[in-house]
Amino acid sequence: MGVSILFFSAVAVFAVWWLSKHRLASKPWLEQGTASEFPGAGVSQTPVAKVGLTVLLASLAALFALFISAYVMRMQFADWRPVAKPTLLWVNTGVLMLSSAALQRARVAAEHDDEREIRAYLVAAGSTALAFLIGQIVAWQQLVALGYALASNPANAFFYLITGLHGLHVVGGLVALGWVMWRRSRAERPDVRLGLALCGMYWDFLLLIWLVLFGLLLLT
Amino acid sequence: MAIALALVLVAIGSVVFHFASPWWWTPIASNWGYIDGTLIITFWITGAVFVAVVLFMAYCVLRFRHRTGNQALYEPENKRLEWWLTVATALGVAAMLAPGLVVWQQFITVPEDATEVEIVGRQWSWSFRLPGKDGKLGTSDIRYVDADNPLGLTPDDPNARDDIVIDGGDLHLQIGKPVKVLLRSLDVLHDFYVPEFRGKMDMVPGSVTYFWMTPTRTGNFDILCAELCGVGHPQMRGQVVVAEEAAYQAWLEKQKTFAELSGRPGPQKASYTPASP
Amino acid sequence: MGDVLIGRGDAIPPAEVVDVELYHPHSWITKYVFSQDAKVIALQYSLTALAIGLVALVLSWLMRLQLGFPGVFSFIDPSQYLQYITMHGMIMVIYLLTALFLGGFGNYLIPLMVGARDMVFPYVNMLSYWVYLLAVLVLVASFFVPGGPTGAGWTLYPPQAILPGTPGHEWGIILMLVSLIIFIIGFTMGGLNYVVTVLQARTRGMTLMRMPLTVWGIFTATVLALLAFPALFVACVMMLFDRVLGTSFFIPALVSMGEQLKYGGGSPILFQHLFWFFGHPEVYIVALPAFGIVSDLIATHARRNIFGYRMMVWAIVAIGALSFVVWAHHMYVSGMNPWFGFFFATTTLVIAVPTAIKVYNWVLTLWRGDIHLTVPMLFALAFIVTFVNGGLTGLFLGNVVVDVPLSDTMFVVAHFHMVMGVAPILVIFGAIYHWYPKITGRMWNEALAKFHFWITFLGAYAIFFPMHYLGLLGMPRRYHDIGQTSFIPESAHTLNAFISIVALIVGVAQMVFLFNMFWSLRHGRKADGNPWRATTLEWQTPETPPGHGNWGKELPVVYRWAYDYNVPGADQDFIPQNQPPTPRPA
Repeated sequence: MGVSILFFSAVAVFAVWWLSKHRLASKPWLEQGTASEFPGAGVSQTPVAKVGLTVLLASLAALFALFISAYVMRMQFADWRPVAKPTLLWVNTGVLMLSSAALQRARVAAEHDDEREIRAYLVAAGSTALAFLIGQIVAWQQLVALGYALASNPANAFFYLITGLHGLHVVGGLVALGWVMWRRSRAERPDVRLGLALCGMYWDFLLLIWLVLFGLLLLT
Repeated sequence: MAIALALVLVAIGSVVFHFASPWWWTPIASNWGYIDGTLIITFWITGAVFVAVVLFMAYCVLRFRHRTGNQALYEPENKRLEWWLTVATALGVAAMLAPGLVVWQQFITVPEDATEVEIVGRQWSWSFRLPGKDGKLGTSDIRYVDADNPLGLTPDDPNARDDIVIDGGDLHLQIGKPVKVLLRSLDVLHDFYVPEFRGKMDMVPGSVTYFWMTPTRTGNFDILCAELCGVGHPQMRGQVVVAEEAAYQAWLEKQKTFAELSGRPGPQKASYTPASP
Repeated sequence: MGDVLIGRGDAIPPAEVVDVELYHPHSWITKYVFSQDAKVIALQYSLTALAIGLVALVLSWLMRLQLGFPGVFSFIDPSQYLQYITMHGMIMVIYLLTALFLGGFGNYLIPLMVGARDMVFPYVNMLSYWVYLLAVLVLVASFFVPGGPTGAGWTLYPPQAILPGTPGHEWGIILMLVSLIIFIIGFTMGGLNYVVTVLQARTRGMTLMRMPLTVWGIFTATVLALLAFPALFVACVMMLFDRVLGTSFFIPALVSMGEQLKYGGGSPILFQHLFWFFGHPEVYIVALPAFGIVSDLIATHARRNIFGYRMMVWAIVAIGALSFVVWAHHMYVSGMNPWFGFFFATTTLVIAVPTAIKVYNWVLTLWRGDIHLTVPMLFALAFIVTFVNGGLTGLFLGNVVVDVPLSDTMFVVAHFHMVMGVAPILVIFGAIYHWYPKITGRMWNEALAKFHFWITFLGAYAIFFPMHYLGLLGMPRRYHDIGQTSFIPESAHTLNAFISIVALIVGVAQMVFLFNMFWSLRHGRKADGNPWRATTLEWQTPETPPGHGNWGKELPVVYRWAYDYNVPGADQDFIPQNQPPTPRPA
């Protein structure tokens, strides 16, 4: 559970820091009025959706941290045989990075209101993410062909399970991205900056998770 | 009003029940009197707190119940009181935790002279294995389990051949001799539970768990399974017989070794006299 | 009084809190069925939870019939008994308590208490309920599949849960795991709402330290849930793989019913770690909202500020944080590394300190109060008794070496029922009686409510207090029939029969409660907007029951903390949170 403890400690540190900004030691019964004089005592100016996504990502991070914990604990048993790492995984990693970068560019373009560029980068981000998914499936097929069946070893089972779960989250991201694109197509001059920012956050998160998972695979 | 009375009744009734009830732990038959001692300390401390809190509530309800003209005291906090209560609680908790940890240290430190006994659980019966003349238990593997070899002992292991296998009988232990109880399961989780011994531990397939104890009272004791293991869980029973040395040796005399049971060459006689007195 | 007056006391401009986008319903369907109003969703959650909870209640009757009178009711066989205990436990913990406290009370109270119009993501909030309903339906479906629901115990320990020899290993366990996975997904949708609404939709002046403890409790519990449910998710997914796809995450090589299975190398203890990493925070996911709600009930009905508000808030946060480092106290005799015992016994007993502080502050709030013995207050008092009792027996089980003889006996059953069964449910009843006039605009029948209270409180105590002594005696749990033993006297069976009879009476008394709730909908006395003369915002709504959007045209502005009861010099014994301070000459 080491990895999880580390992650949950980080969450705890953040929580303490956040709470410490909210005057938790004040004596509320002595203070009357609207409290507008205290900076930070009210709600933050960050868009609600962004806060919501952050909370969701924290929950998802807990999910992956716990999977990694389970992986590390199961790894210590005698029957563990490391899974092969197809070269394709490196390519997929690169593709996912490109996807994140494309979304980043789309966000920059949205700041400049450059319709053509937004469109191009959105398509690029979507298609690279799709390419990543296809790449992962091909990597699975390569592994199966090499004899790494799901049930034959826990290392294989973990590989398919965790990459599958990560892939599902990418699919979810694609749905969200599709929704942003659909909204763009409907309105004359839609403001998609928030939508793009959220997609960007999510993409970067999934990239980070993938890098951690891939690193874990390479190390073990 | 009625609630104040009810609260007093709950507090007093609980104490009366505690002392008057015929339901109390079974007389101990192992060295783990310290566990009982820690439990008693915990009973006293928690009991005192429970009675104090409930009676205090009853008093408050009676004394400060609403009557016309009553006004509640406006007192948002009282730091001194709160700190004082915190420190007192911490001390009470420490008074329970400290002896608990000391006894736990004893519980997990197996004495050097403990003999090993293996207890194997499966759905839904108990089997036992004692080391043979060599004083060592042979190795085992689940893959060797078959009708001749119900515990899956390694056929080629010389240490295993003289092991005494008891499949379907009672376990006998010698009084006053510390035993390290090694626990194994062939299928699902079980838990070797003899209430009189106080100690218990789950049996986990794929690994060997343990605890230790010294039987201190002769007699027959029920073995129950304390970890849900399927529909036969309550029927998974056995007996431990704690006996004096002579009776124990006489029983040991009649037991069969793994070699004998499985028709393999090796020691056929179970009893042995320890190498040095 | 050295009051500090912040800002000017007069002429506050309208609140500038961003309105959440309100979806205004156009038809009956969107108003009552696919509603995005948190209050309607709260009722949907609550009614569904209570409905499935009734199933669990009936299962407990069947269980008690078997335990009290073994062999008499021949239609209950050992397999069914295991199925009853499993479904009873899982339903009560997850589908009733978690759903009711967070999905029910969370949805209803958070927006009202923090002065928001609704949850921040109403659409996601609506989805959350429907996904929850799906989870419940999948769970219920397991009663109708071949082999019936799983009988693995609510802890679902492998390998037993997926092997022959355990009822429901064919389909029941699969549906159970799938249902839990669905529940977690649905819960996450709701949980995001509860957390972000508290973070981002508090009305003007509602600082964190002015929030009622109910909001603090639900908020902290939801944060715990968002972080702890993933552990259950991981455990369920991995077990589902083991069961359906033949992987060996948790299953070692074993011989099941004389047959060597293809599994190998897995670790049953790994499952236990994951399960309890969720399972212990889960206790507090249920307890913290109860703590919060009961604090508000006591303050309101004792007409006194909650004593030591700051300590109460810190204690909630501290308990929440500590709840993540005590999980292995459920595993002292699991065969894990025995050295863990030292660490987990220490953390577990440390958590007793903030919990005790909460208890002290509740009873100190009664001290020199002006206690109105209303039905919600009675339930709050009963909560304290049962919670203190159950909490103190937790000190037995948390102290590793004392746990050894007691684990897996009826002592454990009695402990957790007292502390996370009876105690939170008493709070739920108190809370329902307390907020019923706000939710429906009517009062319940007082005589029926009192009857319900007395039977429930004294009955529940009479069920679970003596049960501890059966455990002390050594009676193991999860036995449909103890049979013959050398150490259990005949009198223990009499006690068991007594417990069963009381349990049936208490169970039937709950029907009185249900009747009261439904009957009063139409026939109850009309209630005004603030019958308890409470300070918190939900009682200050322009309409009762509050309309969609809660606040009419303008959001309330908060000027003070939530506990201004019997303030010296004030002209009535409470000052609502949204009442501006009167400027006082210096």
